[in-house]
Amino acid sequence: MFRKMMLAGLVAGASAMAMGSAAEATTTITWWHAMGGELGQKLDQIVANYNKSQDKYKVVATYKGSYSETMTSAIAAFRAHKQPDIVQVFEVGTGTMMAAKGAIYPVYKLMKDMGEPFDPKGFLPAVVGYYTDTHGNMLSFPFNSSTPILYYNKDEFKKAGIDGPPKTWGELEADSKKLMDAGISKCGFTSGWISWVQTENFSAWHNQPIGTMENGFGGLGARLVFGKDKPLVNHWANMAKWQKDGVFKYGGPGGGNDAPPMFYSGDCAMYMNSSASRAGVLANTKGKFDVGYGMLPYYADVKGAPQNTIIGGATLWVLQGHDKAHYKAVANFLHYMSSPAVQADWSQFSGYLPITKAAYDLGQKQGYYANNPGSDVGIKEITLHAPTANSKGLRFGNYVQVRDIIDEEFQKMLGGKETAQQALDNVDSRGNKLIAQFQAANK
Amino acid sequence: MVENRPVLNFLAHLVLIIGVAIVAFPIYVAFIASTHGPTDFLSGLIPMTPGHNIWHTYGTMLTDGMKSSGMPPLSLQMGNSLIMALTIAIGKIAISIISAYAIVYFKFPGRGIAFWLIFITLMMPVEVRILPTYKVVAELGMLNTYAGLTIPLIASATATFLFRQVFLTIPDELMEAARIDGAGPLKFFWDILLPMSRNNIAALFVILFIYGWNQYLWPLIVTTDTSHYTIVMGIKRMADVTDAQPQWNYIMATAILAMLPPVLVVIFMQKLFVKGLIETEK
Amino acid sequence: MKRTTFNQRALAYLLIAPQMAVTIVFFLWPTGQAIVQSFQQEDAFGLHTNWVGFANYQALFADPSYIQSLEVTVIFTVAVTFSSLIVALLLALAVDRTVKAGPTYTTLLVWPYAVAPAVVGVLWWFLFNPTIGPLPYVLGQMGYNWDHSLHGQDAMILVVIAAAWPQVSYNFLFFVAGLQSIPASLREAAAIDGAGPVKRFFTITLPLLSPTTFFLMVVNLVYAMFNTFPVIHATTQGGPAGSTDILVFKVYEDGFVGLNLGSSAAQSVVLLVIVIALTAVQFGWVERRVQY
Repeated sequence: MFRKMMLAGLVAGASAMAMGSAAEATTTITWWHAMGGELGQKLDQIVANYNKSQDKYKVVATYKGSYSETMTSAIAAFRAHKQPDIVQVFEVGTGTMMAAKGAIYPVYKLMKDMGEPFDPKGFLPAVVGYYTDTHGNMLSFPFNSSTPILYYNKDEFKKAGIDGPPKTWGELEADSKKLMDAGISKCGFTSGWISWVQTENFSAWHNQPIGTMENGFGGLGARLVFGKDKPLVNHWANMAKWQKDGVFKYGGPGGGNDAPPMFYSGDCAMYMNSSASRAGVLANTKGKFDVGYGMLPYYADVKGAPQNTIIGGATLWVLQGHDKAHYKAVANFLHYMSSPAVQADWSQFSGYLPITKAAYDLGQKQGYYANNPGSDVGIKEITLHAPTANSKGLRFGNYVQVRDIIDEEFQKMLGGKETAQQALDNVDSRGNKLIAQFQAANK
Repeated sequence: MVENRPVLNFLAHLVLIIGVAIVAFPIYVAFIASTHGPTDFLSGLIPMTPGHNIWHTYGTMLTDGMKSSGMPPLSLQMGNSLIMALTIAIGKIAISIISAYAIVYFKFPGRGIAFWLIFITLMMPVEVRILPTYKVVAELGMLNTYAGLTIPLIASATATFLFRQVFLTIPDELMEAARIDGAGPLKFFWDILLPMSRNNIAALFVILFIYGWNQYLWPLIVTTDTSHYTIVMGIKRMADVTDAQPQWNYIMATAILAMLPPVLVVIFMQKLFVKGLIETEK
Repeated sequence: MKRTTFNQRALAYLLIAPQMAVTIVFFLWPTGQAIVQSFQQEDAFGLHTNWVGFANYQALFADPSYIQSLEVTVIFTVAVTFSSLIVALLLALAVDRTVKAGPTYTTLLVWPYAVAPAVVGVLWWFLFNPTIGPLPYVLGQMGYNWDHSLHGQDAMILVVIAAAWPQVSYNFLFFVAGLQSIPASLREAAAIDGAGPVKRFFTITLPLLSPTTFFLMVVNLVYAMFNTFPVIHATTQGGPAGSTDILVFKVYEDGFVGLNLGSSAAQSVVLLVIVIALTAVQFGWVERRVQY
């Protein structure tokens, strides 16, 4: 009671100062996203085009910082009843969003309720599979999906007399040593996203389980099993060894901000990161050297490798708590976003994968993939084989923090404080604690 | 000086010169970095003299900002920082001087409780209660408003505490004389207390201005609309780019502009600053 | 309190009302919420809430990363406090000797206090950047391979320097004031007795400075524990491997970023207890001084 009075008193004062939005004839919906840089500008352009294309609805897109900042501020806003209509959430937030049944408006349901045309079969299964429930219903709208690929410095490779990108980790090590011994490059390779590229995708690429219950697709009771993944333990041990030899250079936690400059400057001859980094790589190496592309390397002695890579990136989630007029606008906007023209344009500009077959076909018809070498490596990787239970993706609660744990344990291992086996066992035990907490909180 | 020892004097100067150099070094490098192009210092070898990009860099940042990191023009952000710093300084002084006046010069039931409730907040950092405070501000509709940026920061007890100390040192006779002259509490406050605390108010203002200008986490959380960004929180946005390299020349230009106003305040109002600093803590 | 007071009660309440309102709405109410939440477990969106008793606290103290964070905080706090105190004292002693040039030096030394901690963090982050920063380059020439993204020790040194840098100015001012209040006659008398400068420092200056030093120690401890959030946030973000993950950063990370609200709230309460203890120490000291 007391609190209400206090609040009421302050509201009167504060609301006078608060930004009031004037009454509008059109329905305005908000979209919080994490696309900075050139991607952000492109996104603004897409939104502006949509707003121009009709006069019933208006979309306001707001850049909210990094992926995790965007997600957490949307959740904080939801708790305070100030949530946006649409929020862009990265793939590891999927588990958290999916479990919040009262907070999200599943996209398939939204489209049905609002009567917008929507054909789930038109989407690329490798992309959408990550975001569908066990009945095959699409819960969120894939917007920007990518997968890790290998970039290499063609000029340095030529100088060393190496023909093409390494296919296996064995070749990669040999190529690195050749380059370094000849004094052509200071290090063999660097990598963004240790968690995503060198851990999760590694497991999928080698068809090894990341967690129990189909990597968490089967329910909240799933647990991580990185430590039991022998090829992965081996790989991490190699990474530590390579770091000592200078074959590998660590680019920092999270996205690995220090990795790209090492590749751009020619210090490292190879670089693994998202297929969506292609635009940035090209912009930063222009006039310096030619860039070549390859699939991620695999260990030749692991049976079933290479399988297929899994995606990263983000999808759009629709949040509960708005009125129907808003949802009509949201459905209409999502319909616009999935049109082949918009999709093809966005994917070709950004390097993200096209999410619909129609968009991919359109790109092919336009000759985009033929004219832009490397732009289809990602698509080839995710569609290399039909996904198995191990390579469909992963779905765990609190996974944003698990990613941090992966970084921490990897750093400890590189620092010589623990072995690869210990590091991955720690990821499992620490990560599973968080996952269990999530399970308990969402019962 | 007790005695003259040339060696010690020399040592003293040496220590001070080294000290000044260490203090100035980061700023110098920042300034240099801000005057060069983005690719001029990729190798770790930063040139030691200013480059020719200075007008371009500062001009762009002040008028255009950095769209790619969602950064509005710095002039706007500096304006917001100024509004925030002034509101916090003035607001804090205003509400704390009257509440200190009530606590020291009035007798009323609940005075002891009020005193403790205020002073318990003396050091309750915002980081400790960040989510619940955010929620309160959101419920009050104060996200993305100047009110939301400032009011929650106005409530710390340091200023109240200072005024309490000042009032306690003012001789009781003054008030007794005022009463005999028939002056009421408001007149006494306005005609006697306020003029007598003028120096303290000015000193406190300097300190609070710096405090308000330098706020970081709070604006980072309550502003989602670029039109309310402040310059100190903006820096972080620029350094934190996904899938790209930070553009250090712009970041350093922003750093220089962000530190300029409070540093100038300190240099030009050094006496008040020192007084304010020592008194708020004593 | 005063001997004579006004007794217009309504006016008194009116005068104190604004501060009470802000205090209650923005300090006490949220803090109360944090305490309540520390006994609950809740999902990120606030859709389900369970009472769990002390489970959050138990989990906290059983969590090696929290224990590590406690240790890191102690090391960080002590390192920041002592390094900034010692450097500041050295500078203050030097200024005390140079009578004429003193004020000029003071001006040149005080302004870092005005630089926002976040800006300070970004500055040093740039200076120490392993790929483009000048300092790792110099260190590399000297044979030291600086890499704060991998070596916890390097990261710790980085954040300690960044956090101590503005604080030196602050301590310096207080030491100068403290030194000036030491009667010259005392030192002269000691000098006549044949005590050298070193001996005089330890027998006279240091003991007479001890109230200032003690006060500064408490202030610096509080600063290093609570006000250094921007330094960490703008630089290492607690890494590598949690080696700079101080308590106040962890609260924010686990709560605002990780959305582990129960645990974050429990951590808030632990911090609150520490703050109250430190405040009590400082407050007791301040009250004692006022009575002079």
